[in-house]
Amino acid sequence: MNTDLIFCMGLALLILGVAVFVVGSREPFPAVVGFVIFGLLVSIAWMCLSAPDVALTEAAIGGGVTGALLLVATARLGDSSKKGQKTKTPMGFHGLVILLCVAVSAGLIAVVLTFPEPAPTLALVALEPLESTGVKNPVTAVLLAYRALDTLLETVVVLLAMAGVWSLAKDSDWSKTPLFGYSPEPGGPLVLLAKVLIPVGVIFGIYMVWTGSDHPGGKFQGAAILAAMGILGLVAGVTSVPAVTNAKLRWLLVLGPAVFLVVGLMGFLSVGYFLAWPPGLSKAVIVLIEVALTPSLALMLGLLVAGPPRQLPTSNS
Amino acid sequence: MTIPTIFGICASLLIGLGLYGIIIQTRVLRKLLAFNLVGTGVFLLFGVIGRRGAGGGLEGDPVVFGLVITGIVVAFSATALAVAILIRLHEETGDDSLVDEPPDEEGR
Amino acid sequence: MFASLTDSGVLLVFALVLPVSGMLLALLTGGRHARTVTLLILLANVVVVGGIVGGIWQTGQAVNYHLGGWSPPLGIELRADGLSGAMMAVTALVSLAAGLYAPPSFRFPKSQENRESRMSFVFWYLLSATVAAMNLVFLAQDLFTLYVALELVAFAGVPMVALSGSANTLLAALRYLIFALIGSIFYLLGAVLLYGLHGTLDISLLAGLVEPGPSLWLILAFMTVGLAAKTALFPLHIWLPPAHAGAPPAASALLSALVVKASFFLVIRLWFDLVPGLPAPSASQVLGAMGAGAILFGGVLALRQARLKLLIAYSTIAQLGYLFLAFPLAFGMGVETDGALTGGMFQAMAHAFAKASMFMAAGLIAEAIGHDRIADLGGLGRVLPVTCLAFGIAALSLIGVPPTGGFVAKWLLLEAAAISGQWWWAVLLILGGFLAGGYMFRVIMPALARDVTPPTLIAPVSRFREAVVLALALAALALGLFPEAPTELLALGRPQSLEILSP
Repeated sequence: MNTDLIFCMGLALLILGVAVFVVGSREPFPAVVGFVIFGLLVSIAWMCLSAPDVALTEAAIGGGVTGALLLVATARLGDSSKKGQKTKTPMGFHGLVILLCVAVSAGLIAVVLTFPEPAPTLALVALEPLESTGVKNPVTAVLLAYRALDTLLETVVVLLAMAGVWSLAKDSDWSKTPLFGYSPEPGGPLVLLAKVLIPVGVIFGIYMVWTGSDHPGGKFQGAAILAAMGILGLVAGVTSVPAVTNAKLRWLLVLGPAVFLVVGLMGFLSVGYFLAWPPGLSKAVIVLIEVALTPSLALMLGLLVAGPPRQLPTSNS
Repeated sequence: MTIPTIFGICASLLIGLGLYGIIIQTRVLRKLLAFNLVGTGVFLLFGVIGRRGAGGGLEGDPVVFGLVITGIVVAFSATALAVAILIRLHEETGDDSLVDEPPDEEGR
Repeated sequence: MFASLTDSGVLLVFALVLPVSGMLLALLTGGRHARTVTLLILLANVVVVGGIVGGIWQTGQAVNYHLGGWSPPLGIELRADGLSGAMMAVTALVSLAAGLYAPPSFRFPKSQENRESRMSFVFWYLLSATVAAMNLVFLAQDLFTLYVALELVAFAGVPMVALSGSANTLLAALRYLIFALIGSIFYLLGAVLLYGLHGTLDISLLAGLVEPGPSLWLILAFMTVGLAAKTALFPLHIWLPPAHAGAPPAASALLSALVVKASFFLVIRLWFDLVPGLPAPSASQVLGAMGAGAILFGGVLALRQARLKLLIAYSTIAQLGYLFLAFPLAFGMGVETDGALTGGMFQAMAHAFAKASMFMAAGLIAEAIGHDRIADLGGLGRVLPVTCLAFGIAALSLIGVPPTGGFVAKWLLLEAAAISGQWWWAVLLILGGFLAGGYMFRVIMPALARDVTPPTLIAPVSRFREAVVLALALAALALGLFPEAPTELLALGRPQSLEILSP
C-alpha cells in the first residue's frame, strides 16, 4: 500500500469524522466551525482527485463564503431559541430514519464498487476541439465553450437567489442597504486585518480570474475571493454597499450576464449559433466574458451573504 | 482499493449521514448544514467519477469538474437564500425550527 | 456547423433568452418600468412559443438546437417535442394572464418618494424568472442543465410564497425551499450516477445506453423521489398548502398551475423517455398508490377547510395525484396504453388553466368582500357573477364534468385503466371525482343560493381582471371542447417509446 493511498484513507476518515461532529454536535456554533473545517478538508480531497479547479472553488465558496454566511447566521440567531427542541422524535421513527440512511449509503457504495471498467468519460471528446477554443484549461473550455449555457444560467441562478434574498426586506426598508443587520464597531483589530488583507485578496482574486483560461482558477473562484474581501470589508466597516435601488449597483450586477448574453447572441451572426465563439477570437471572447462576469459575480455572492436591505438596526439586536 | 474508491465510499457515507441530519435535526440551521453535507457528498461522488474518467493525458474528466464547479455555486446560492429566510423568520417569531405554524391569517 | 437564423430551432434559444433578458431589464430599469418590460416580454414569449408549436405542428417532428454548435454528449441540446410544446404554450398563456391580472395587487405607494416598491419589483422579476425556468425545464435535454432549471424554478417560487412577508408565509417559504433543495440534490445524485455508468447526461443518448439492473433502479428511485418531493406528491406534500395559500393570488396561480408541474414533467421525461418501456409494473404501481393517497387525502382535507384559498391549495394536492396515475396506467400491466400519457398531460394542462383561474378568482373575491371564509360566501353569485361563473367552470373541469379539459383527462385515464384491465384505478378515478365534486360544491352551491343576503362589496372589482379569470376558465373548457388538436400535438416528435420494447 503506497503512501498516497494511506494519506487519502486518513483524509476520508477525517472528513467523515468531522461530518459526524457537524451533524451530532449539540450547539450550533461548534457545528458551523466544524463545517468550515469540513470544507477545507474536502478541498484537499479534491486535490487528491486531481481537480485543482474544483479544490479552489470548494475552498473559496464551499468553505470560505458559505462559512462566513453560516457564522453570520449563528451570530444573528443566537441561542435564544430552545423552542425547537421540544419535539422529541419517537424511537420507532428514529430507527426507520437510520435504516433509510444506511440503505441509501449501502446502495451508493454498491454502485460505486460496481462502476464499469474502463470508466466512461468525455475527457477525450473534450480534448479534441480544445485548440479551437483557444484556452488551455479544459475545465474552462467546458464552462465557457462546450457548456456555456450552464454557466450563463448559473449566473442567472445566483442573480435570482440574490433578488430572493432582497425580497425578504420589509417594505419600508427597500431603499436601504444590505448590511448583515449590525453596525460595525469603528477601529479595532478587524479594521487592521481588513486593511492589510483586502488589497492582497483583491490582487489574488484578479490573478485567479486571469490565470483561469490556461491554468486552474477562473471567474467563480476569483469572484468568491473578491466577495470574501468585500464581506470582510463590510464586517470591519471599511467598505460600504449602496442601497439596493442604486442604479450603479444594478448596472454592475447586470453587466456580466448581459455581456454574456449579448456576446452569445453575436454568435448567431459570426458563426451561426447562439453561444458560439468565432474561430481565432475564441480566447478573446472567453476572457471578455470572464472579465465582465467577475465583478458582477463577486457582487452577487457578497450580497447573498449580506442579506436583505434593512434599516440600521436598533440596539436590541 | 484505489483513491477514487476511497472517496467514493466516503461520499456515499456523507450522503447517508447528511440525509439523517436533515430529517432528525429540528433547527433549520442544522438542517442546512446537513443539506450541505449531502451536497458535498454528491459533488464528491461526481468528482470520483471524473477522476476515474482520466484519459488522453488529462487527470480527470474536465466535463465533470466543470459541472461540479457550477453545482457548488448553485448550492451556495440555495444555502444563502435559506439562511436569509431563516433570519427573517427568526426576527418575526423568535423561533428557528420548522414546528407547526401559528393559525393562518384572514383573506389574501 | 453553420445554421441559418431562420431555422425554427433558433426560436428555442429565444424562449430562454427573452425571459432572461426580461429579468435583467427589470433589474436595470426597476420601478414602474419593471412591469412594462415584463408584460412586453410575456407577450413576446407567447409569440415565440406559438412559433415553436407551429414548427412542431408543421413538420410533425421535434424541433432541436445545439447550443454553440456543440452536439451532445459534449454540448447541450435543446429539444421541443409535442409535450414540451404543449406545456410551454400553457406556461406562456398562464403567465401572461397572471401578468395582466397582477398590476392592481402590486400598486406603487402613493408617496412618490421611492422609485420602486419591494412587492412590485420582486413580483415582476420573479414572473420573468418563472417563465425562463419553466421553458428551460421543457426544453433542456441534458440532466445537469435540468438540475439548474429545477433550482431556477425553486428560487423563483420560494420568494413568491413569502412575498407578503408575514411570519406564516416565511415559514411556508422556508419549508418549501428545504423540500425543494432535498428534492433537487437527490435528482442530481441520480444524474451523477447515470454519468458514472454511461458517460453522458443527454437524455436521448442515455435512453440508448441504460440497462435494467439494481443500479438503474436505485438511480430511478433517487430521482423519482426527489422530483416527487418537489411536486408535493403524497406523502411529501405537507409544504404545499400553506405555501400556495399564503402567496398573493397571482403568485399562487403561478405556483399551483405551473411551478409544481416542472418536476412532474421531469418524472415523465425520466419514465417515458429515459427508460422507455422499461418493464416496471411494481414501481409504477407504487407511484400510482402515492397518487391515490394524494387524491384521497387532498380531497378529504379540502372538504374540511374553512378558507377558500386553503381549499384550493388542498385541491391542488388531490389534482396532482391524478398526474401520477399515468405511470401505472402506462406501464402497469405491460400492456401498451399511449392514452395514459396523453391523459396525464391533459390533466396537467387543464389543471393549470383551471387552478390559475380559481386562485385569481379567490383573490378577486377576497379583495371584493374582505375575506375568503367559505361559510360566508352565500349569495356571492349575485354580486360577483362573472368571477363566480369563472370559478364554476374551473371547478367543473377539476371535477371532470364534460365537456371540460378535466373530463378529457380523466376519461383518457379511465380508458387506459379499462384497456390495461386495472379496474382499481378506475374506481379511484371515480371516487376522486366525487370528492372533488363534494369540496367544489361546498363553495358553488351557497354562492348560487337565492335566499340569502349576499356579502357586501367593500371594494369594486375590475371588469378587466374578471375577464382574465374567465378567459383562463374558458381555456380549461376549450381543452375539452376541442381535444383533437392538443392530443395530436402531444404525440408529435415523441420517440416511439413504448413500441420499441414491446414487439
